[in-house]
Amino acid sequence: MPILQGIVHKHNYLTDEVMVEVARELDISAAEVYGTASFYTFLDTQVKGKYVIRVCKTITCSMKGKSDIIQTLEEMLKIKVGETTADNQFSLLETNCIGWCHKAPAILINEMPYTELTIEKVTEIIKDYMQK
Amino acid sequence: MENTGLNKVDLIFEKINNSEVLTKAFSMTREKIIQEMLDSGLKGRGGAGFPTGLKWKYTAAEKSDEKYVVCNADEGEPGTFKDREILERVSNKVHGGMAIAGKAIGAKKGIVYLRGEYRYLLPKLMTELDSFHKMIKEIGYDFNIEYCMGSGAYICGEESALFESIEGKRGEPRNKPPYPTASGVFHKPTSINNVETLVTAMMIMKHGSKDFTQYGTSDSRGSKVFSVSGDTPTPGIFELELGMTVQQFVNEFGDGDTKAVQVGGASGFCVPRKKFMETIIGFEGVPTGGSMKLFNSSRSMYNVLHNYLEFFTEESCGQCTPCRVGCQQLLLGVEMVKKSEVKSTYLNELIKLADTMKIAAKCGLGQSVGNAFKSIVGNFREEIIY
Repeated sequence: MPILQGIVHKHNYLTDEVMVEVARELDISAAEVYGTASFYTFLDTQVKGKYVIRVCKTITCSMKGKSDIIQTLEEMLKIKVGETTADNQFSLLETNCIGWCHKAPAILINEMPYTELTIEKVTEIIKDYMQK
Repeated sequence: MENTGLNKVDLIFEKINNSEVLTKAFSMTREKIIQEMLDSGLKGRGGAGFPTGLKWKYTAAEKSDEKYVVCNADEGEPGTFKDREILERVSNKVHGGMAIAGKAIGAKKGIVYLRGEYRYLLPKLMTELDSFHKMIKEIGYDFNIEYCMGSGAYICGEESALFESIEGKRGEPRNKPPYPTASGVFHKPTSINNVETLVTAMMIMKHGSKDFTQYGTSDSRGSKVFSVSGDTPTPGIFELELGMTVQQFVNEFGDGDTKAVQVGGASGFCVPRKKFMETIIGFEGVPTGGSMKLFNSSRSMYNVLHNYLEFFTEESCGQCTPCRVGCQQLLLGVEMVKKSEVKSTYLNELIKLADTMKIAAKCGLGQSVGNAFKSIVGNFREEIIY
């Protein structure tokens, strides 16, 4: 698992070729590697952008304005939840509780949490990322 | 001594001299450490509440060339965020608690399983772990800790699924027995403890079990850290003495319009206003791993239940049928009742299904889906139907 985590950390997702290669190096079947990868939400096996945005959708975030945040992100990035921008910069996903219920709503961009979001705040954050 | 109300305590985040406490603990015999833990009455702080002293005693009794202490930092229960705060503020006490557990059970190795969502903490934790290793070497004790990362799977908080994940596999729970104390990570005897439990163990070593038993009630000794969120003017982390009623809790944290409190997260119980007075927060009433969510009268309990069921449907590992299909059917069922596609008495069938899951599901996830389902449907039936 640390191997797959390392690859995702660097490239944001796992391609079929990469999983086959890992299997060969470890001398196990490719199905076993895919089986492990597909079990974990953060080990993506589909194309993901450079910045993966995960919006917490569990109850507290959902009560405290998650939909506004999603709507803002969708408008800014011109994609829907589950999609990746054409330039492969951003992916927008929903995720289960990320442990920031007291500062809801919260999102993760790659591994960084952003909390107590408002429409203005999230707009600023994404603008910053767009300039990176 | 019985708890008389809501008392704030400062034990978990209390500043201590780590090396002093550890030196004291290492000078004790294994038996003495375990006896202290048994006397303290400490129960696991992850939610399940297994007596920590017993867990250490059983693991200590196993004969094996290798044993492990595993720290469960895969805090995934909706509404819980105390372990993150503890690791951010007092990780040295977590590491210290692991070393004490190591001494008690005869393990030289510790593994912290940290949830993927908290990866951003890792650089700081690594620095603190380095100084911990140096400090423990100076005391002349041999104990080594490693960090292992999760990758966004709630089920990996279940102990045997967590072991599978550490071993690099799909995080699917194992059959029990054998229990972790006999066959845990890498199939070696393992004591797996929650982050907060380990810190509490450290504090018991400092203050002694006698001091600790002055807090709480006979069933729920000591204090614990609560994660408070939802409709409250003061969300956040609070360490409180165990044994208060939900009413006392709501008086402190409510917004004046609290209609229900979800105690213990999605896998916990929903307590409605009419039962606030009689319900005790602790193992004699509603147990909790720390998650306390308040809902005021503007919230639809249907939405709350629907959100929880969606959560379980996604996070069920899919290995056993009662949980995999059960979660999906409960979700589908409440949607059909809401849309009046079936009669409201269909809810009774769904309750039977939840009961079946409690008996037939393989692990704690499937077994506890019924807690939230039955307590929400039972107390807010009209909100689910209309």
